[in-house]
Amino acid sequence: MSQSQTSSGPILTTDGIPLKVSLKKAERINKIRAFLLVLPLLAFIVISFLVPIGDMLARSIDDRQINTVFPKTFEVYKKWDRQGLPSEEVYKTMFFELKNSEGYSVGKASTRMNYSKSGWKSLLKKSKRKFKKIEEGPFKDKMIAIDKKWGDPEYWLALGQMVDPTTMGYYLNAVDLKYDSSKNIVQQKENRRIYNKTWIKTFKVSVLVTLFCLLLGYPISYLLATLPMKYSNLLMICVLLPFWTSLLVRTVAWMVMLQQKGVFNNLMVMAGLIADENRWQLMYNQTAVVIVMTQILLPFMVLPLYSVMKTISPTYMRAALNLGASPLHAFYKIYMPNSIPGVSAGCLLVFILAIGYYITPELVGGKDGQMVGNWIAYHLKTTLNWGLCAALGAILLAVMTALYWAYNKIVGIENIKLG
Amino acid sequence: MALPAYATTGQKVGYYSFLTYCGLVFFFLIAPIFIILPLSFSASPFFEFTREFMNFEPEAWSLRWYRQMVGISSIGDTTVVTDKWMLGTRNSFFIGIVATLLATALGTVAALGLSRPHMPFKAVLMAILISPMIVPLIITAAGMFFFYSKVGLTHTYLGLILAHTALGTPFVVITVTATLTGFDTNLIRASQSLGADTMRTFFKVIMPLILPGVISGGLFAFITSFDEVVIVMFVGSVEQITIPKQMWAGLRQETSPVILCMATCLVALSIALLTTVEMLRRRSERLRGIKQR
Repeated sequence: MSQSQTSSGPILTTDGIPLKVSLKKAERINKIRAFLLVLPLLAFIVISFLVPIGDMLARSIDDRQINTVFPKTFEVYKKWDRQGLPSEEVYKTMFFELKNSEGYSVGKASTRMNYSKSGWKSLLKKSKRKFKKIEEGPFKDKMIAIDKKWGDPEYWLALGQMVDPTTMGYYLNAVDLKYDSSKNIVQQKENRRIYNKTWIKTFKVSVLVTLFCLLLGYPISYLLATLPMKYSNLLMICVLLPFWTSLLVRTVAWMVMLQQKGVFNNLMVMAGLIADENRWQLMYNQTAVVIVMTQILLPFMVLPLYSVMKTISPTYMRAALNLGASPLHAFYKIYMPNSIPGVSAGCLLVFILAIGYYITPELVGGKDGQMVGNWIAYHLKTTLNWGLCAALGAILLAVMTALYWAYNKIVGIENIKLG
Repeated sequence: MALPAYATTGQKVGYYSFLTYCGLVFFFLIAPIFIILPLSFSASPFFEFTREFMNFEPEAWSLRWYRQMVGISSIGDTTVVTDKWMLGTRNSFFIGIVATLLATALGTVAALGLSRPHMPFKAVLMAILISPMIVPLIITAAGMFFFYSKVGLTHTYLGLILAHTALGTPFVVITVTATLTGFDTNLIRASQSLGADTMRTFFKVIMPLILPGVISGGLFAFITSFDEVVIVMFVGSVEQITIPKQMWAGLRQETSPVILCMATCLVALSIALLTTVEMLRRRSERLRGIKQR
């Protein structure tokens, strides 16, 4: 390395470069090398995972779809003062754009228009058919003659919500709010308020599942951590096997257990605890969701708890007992505070996994047990209201990210253990 | 923790009630999985223990649902026999294996980089790379459905494989990073000072030591793909049947006991995988000189 130098001044390497510079360069090269190793996976995750999710987030505020079908109408619409009915010009452009548009795109646009004011869809469908016979104006009167909805200012005002290329409407819908015809934010109609209830239900179920997991998981983690290795290894398999078993298999197993003629009810009838004709309804409700999710997520509570408890030296408890504490007092004052990191890690992990659950509520939840994940799937596949689907997903994702961030701060993401 | 000889009656009661409670929790964890094994041999077309079945009457026990699973009809079959289960099995293995290979390769290399002492932005990168495991599947599925339909990857095997690869990589990253903690970097220097190039060092020195972690990560990735149903449903086509998708369909429409047979096979598979991973973990701890506690 550096020649021995008697004079003061920077230590030089054999090349005559100061050692500090040379070291920095070497470190930079190391950093670049390390980063290059991570790069392929990072690129892959960004392209195949983060970009799709970003695309979904963009969809939750995207409102351009309709503007591409009625671009000119929206141009002239913007000049309207929103008093009474629009001018003949608006009617005229609307008439021609609707008449000359493709059925497919009108269908899509009318679906969007229906979210703002129901009735648009049938109006457009009916009008498009009848417009074929009409060649010239006055369009305003003829259109009102076809359907009097064309003469209803409410419909025209509703159109105003779609002028901008972005909208917050889907987010409002996702929390049971909406724009009224003059763009004020108001509550949904009583019978259409479903999402706040669903959000509350989702949080309730997740909190319950987390609590039950803690109640069941804490004692067995303690047992696993304090038993001699040969026994605890065997018992650990009981925790890891469910972890490795297919989610669907476990859900099927619970259907066998909990249905009306299932194992649990059979045992209760055999034991004479309940009569054969009023067996308990344990399936297809919220109770079923909580029971099944608790069993499915329990390993995620036990594994972090176990790895923390394993590091608590048994001598602490012995010392406390030796100094005269009762077992309960020693546990409360010594063991529990030491195990708190495991508790927070387990609870956060279980809660994070629980709020996004979809499969289990779908299969065992019935009508009463549907969570936010199920509504996302419903809008994705059945109603095709993708804006609302994306908005619900985005809110869920925001909650998740906050919790994930907390988890990273408290536990450190690199400390996740898998068996 | 054992009970000392001088324990009072109260302590004994407390200790044994604690053990009983733990026993019940273990029962709650494990019983549902094993309850389906005997039921898959029942002749009844419903998911229930009939009286005849419990009395071990021969006609109540049968292999007919297993026969249906492999696509052979037997006398007196009232349900439709399909080859969907076998098709699903082939697809599941195909998608699972390809996705596992991709995930293992990408994940291992990334873990090597993440474990280097000079890795910049380690925490942020780790959080990004682990995120596919944390984000709810339904959100991932929705995002991929929108994005893949733009680029024409929906209804293709490539799309499903890429999606499953993304889901599997966090597991590989986690297990391999865990194996690399306590990895003696002097071994790499020794190898290089003896004249081995990077590739040779990797395959001759690093790989044998981290192999257990790589394999268990790969198995985690495989089971993740093998068990995944939400993305297959939303991104895949109707014909792209996998085992979980067929089970899902079975549960939603015709609840056929063939599901129980397949479930039994899957439990057997998970026991095999779990055993392998446990053995690998112990081997890895031995190799790295971590004593069995």
